[in-house]
Order: sequence, then structure tokens, then C-alpha cells
Amino acid sequence: MIKIAQISCGTEYSGIQREIEKAASMVNAEIIFPDVSYEYIKETTEIIGFEVQSSGLQLMFARARALVEGLVDADAVFLATCFRCAEGALLKNEVRRYLQRESNIPVVMYSFTQHTKADELLTRMEALQTIAERKQLLARKRQEGLTLGIDSGSATTKAVVMRDNEVIGTGWYPTQAVMLSANKVVNDALKEAGVKLKDIEAIGTTGYGRHTLGKQFKAKLIQEELTVNSKGAVWAANRQEGEATVIDIGGMDNKVITINNGIPDSFTMGGICAGASGRFLEITSNRLGIDISELGGLAMQGNPKNVSMASYCVIFGIQDLVTELAAGVAKEDIAAAACYSVAEQVFEQQLQEVDIREPVIQVGGTSLIEGLNKAFEDILNLKPIVPKYSQFIGSIGGALLSSAMIGEE
Amino acid sequence: MKIAIFPPNSLILSDLVERAGHEPLTIMKELGDRVKNVEIDSPPLNITPEEPSKGLKYASAEAPSGVRGRLAVFAPIFEEADAVIVFKNAPMSFGCLGCARTNEFLLYMIRSLQVPKLIVEYPTSEEESKIVIKQVFDFLKEVGHHD
Repeated sequence: MIKIAQISCGTEYSGIQREIEKAASMVNAEIIFPDVSYEYIKETTEIIGFEVQSSGLQLMFARARALVEGLVDADAVFLATCFRCAEGALLKNEVRRYLQRESNIPVVMYSFTQHTKADELLTRMEALQTIAERKQLLARKRQEGLTLGIDSGSATTKAVVMRDNEVIGTGWYPTQAVMLSANKVVNDALKEAGVKLKDIEAIGTTGYGRHTLGKQFKAKLIQEELTVNSKGAVWAANRQEGEATVIDIGGMDNKVITINNGIPDSFTMGGICAGASGRFLEITSNRLGIDISELGGLAMQGNPKNVSMASYCVIFGIQDLVTELAAGVAKEDIAAAACYSVAEQVFEQQLQEVDIREPVIQVGGTSLIEGLNKAFEDILNLKPIVPKYSQFIGSIGGALLSSAMIGEE
Repeated sequence: MKIAIFPPNSLILSDLVERAGHEPLTIMKELGDRVKNVEIDSPPLNITPEEPSKGLKYASAEAPSGVRGRLAVFAPIFEEADAVIVFKNAPMSFGCLGCARTNEFLLYMIRSLQVPKLIVEYPTSEEESKIVIKQVFDFLKEVGHHD
């Protein structure tokens, strides 16, 4: 059982402590609170120099310091403050920077409301648990044997067959019924690879439908998408050594993961707002009467600054685009504005929670939308790498990691 | 040398720095440059919604826009400085940013800067004032020698 140090302020009074502990226990982890003395808190505030008024926040920095100094033993850190607390937001970010600078402990941040439920925290806890407990597995750099990876995403289902570190078959289909879509993509990937399901030596599943698929396909690896996707991303981009940041904008949520030598050490996950997801681009395409595959090319010909958007919201933002379209703004500009809106929101909401390390690897189905890549390039002032098979990285990660389990029962 | 002061709009501190032959970095100058810029028209300070976005360099999106907007203007002043003088717990009439959260963050940021710093408590009596002013001049003389 791994120990997750909870460094937080306000969880008890928000009535969500039980949910945090429930999410941790679901991944067989234990929540611990680093014990520190009053003197230690005072000393920390003096040493660190962040003299916040709230003593609960002063305690957070002292607890982080206790971990850095090895006074308390923990495998991962869950860092949380109340949503909309200004002082908490400022301090939490500095505690995160401090922990990442001074230690190798994986950290995840969260801003909670009174409605936070264990299910929302589950993927984050699972990823922390994987990073802390399965470092050896995540350190695997080569795929071996004949394996299959299936990624059951919210918008699309993908499958990849790999043999001896090469992708030999792929399948891609919109997610409808989980099993139906999975059967279709698996058959397509097997057909392209020229192999039969019975020949496959190990299967790895990831994504929202991973548990259902894992059971049906008797997968050897059933793993959340944060760690699996990051592994697939560094493999596809051939960046397994050194540092990198993976931006994965999916159909329903998005992830930003920082990586050191192929192993994730911190991540942030969106999922509250569809305005920062592929869904926003899908709806824009529908309103423009084009297929989503055409949106990126169209956006490359437009200028986002010609469009006035007052909101990132999937309802109100789209309404702005429709109003501008009716006012005679070019389709190209609308497409560019939609791409810019998604990139800007991911930048403002999520990229702030991690320290960007170059290179930036952009993956997921949305990475095929050139206009979105261009928007990120403009905002980040650097060119993200979009590797071959960028839309299949979850399946690649599943095939690669499951190959470590060939021969295991 | 470029000397940043805290509070960054303290006229008294700014004057002391000038008297010692250094250049005070103040928000009066920063904001003055903005309001004189004919290119921007966002009264009263010519701060646009771009500033809170620029403030994301220092604080996350969760921090209020007013904090991030202030940091976008004030934090670069301290990053540019060769030395910093801080008067802690000064009354607002001495100089203030109008935001306790921005104060806390800037003081924390100043602590992490790799430049000479003089951090003193705001004096509350004539005797204390004389001591502190001497400390300020000694500090300014000292950093001047290293220039």
C-alpha cells in the first residue's frame, strides 16, 4: 500500500475529506498527514518567507518541508485548496513548485468544491499510485513480442497491434457502445497487422472503458490513461530520455503531464469544462457544416483576432461564433478562433499547474487539427512536436506496457 | 544601480534611494509610462485584460484577476532590480498595493531573489526612524560599492 501525503487546507470544513480517502482506498493507497510542530510551522514560514494570513496554509508549507527534509515518508502528494481561495491558489502553486524543485515525489493538485466526489479524484489517485508503485514498469522503453493496446476514449476508440517495437496495425472508430466500438477497432488493427487475436501475447487497456474492455479481452494491463498515454507519447516522439511535457486534449477532458526519463512526475487533468476539449471543436465543425478533419486546414487560413469571443464555454462561446458567422465573418476566421479558444483555455487553466519542460509533445485526436497546433505554437511561443501515431498514443502505451507482462498469468 | 522598493509606491523610500544616487524602481514610473502611452486606451491605468493573462507567469488561473493583473505590473519591477529595500508592516499612507494577497506574494518573491536585500520593520517612533534611515543609507552605500 502506498502512502499519499495530503497537503491541503479546508477539506474537512468542505465536507469532502471522506471522498478523498475513499478515492485513495479505491486504488489501495493510504492518505497520511505529515505531522509537524507549531515551532516547525513558524520556522518554515520564516525560512520560506511566504507569510500568508491563513494558518491552515502556513501548515501546508510546513508539511511540504517535512517531506522534503525526509522527516515524514510518503510516496506521492495530493495538494488541494478550496476553489476560489486567492491565498490558497497562490500558496498551493508555490508549494507545488517547491516540492518539484526539492524532491522527486509525484504531485497532483486539485481545487475542490463541496460537490467533489471520489469518482472525480479516482483517475488522479490511480495515476499517483501507478507512478509511485510501478516505476519499473513505466521505465520500460521498448515493446517486445506481439501485443495489443486498446484505448476506449470518450469520443473515439483506438487499437494498435505492435510487434518488436513497431506498430503493425491500427484501428480507429467513434465510441458508441464500448464493446461494439472496441470489437470494430480491434478487428481492423488485427486485419491490418495480418494476425489473429489468439496470437496476441498480451493486451493492455486504457481510457474510460478500460475496466469493461479489460475484463472482456482478458487484458494483462488495465491502466488509467495519464500514465499510459504519457508512455505512448514519449515512445511515439522518441523522447524517452530527458524531460518533456505532454499535452493531450481528448474528446471530453484533457491532460498535461510532465515527464522525466520517460516516467511522469506530475500532471494536471481537466474535465470540468468541455470548452477546453475536442468536443468544442467538434461542435464548431458541425456549425460550420464541415467534417472535423477539415477544421484544422480551414483554421490555418483564418485569423482568430477577427472574431470576438466573450466566453470559452461550449454553449456561450459557440453562440459567439454563430453570431459572428451571421455577421459575415469568414468561416476560416471562425475555425481559427475556435482552435485559439481551446488552446488558450488549456493554457490559462491547466498549463499553469505544471512547469512546462521542453519539448512539448502534442497528442490525442485533436493533435491532427493543424489549426490547434498553430494556436498552441503562438501561445506557448514554441513549436510542439506532433509525432506519427499521435492519435494512437493510449493504445501504443497499452501495447508497450503490457508487453512487460508476457508470460504472466 | 536599480533599487526596487517595497511598498513600491512609497514616495519617502523612492526619495531616499534618489538621494543616495541610485535609480528607484517604482510603480509610479511604471504606471506613468502606461498612462502616457497613446497606443493603449484602457482607463484609468491603461491596464488591459492582457495583464491578468501575463500575470499567469507568477500565479495560477485560480488566483483572482486583480492579483494577477497587479503581479503583471509589479513583479517585473522586482525582477529588474539590482537590490531591494523592504519596509514591512508599513501603514497604507506610506505606500500600498491595495491587495493583501499581492503583498504576501511579492514579499515571498522578493525573498527568493538573488540580489542584496534590506528588510526592515516600518519604524513607529522618531528614534526608530533615525536608525532605519541610517540602515537604508548604509545599505545603499554598500551596494553602491559593489557596483
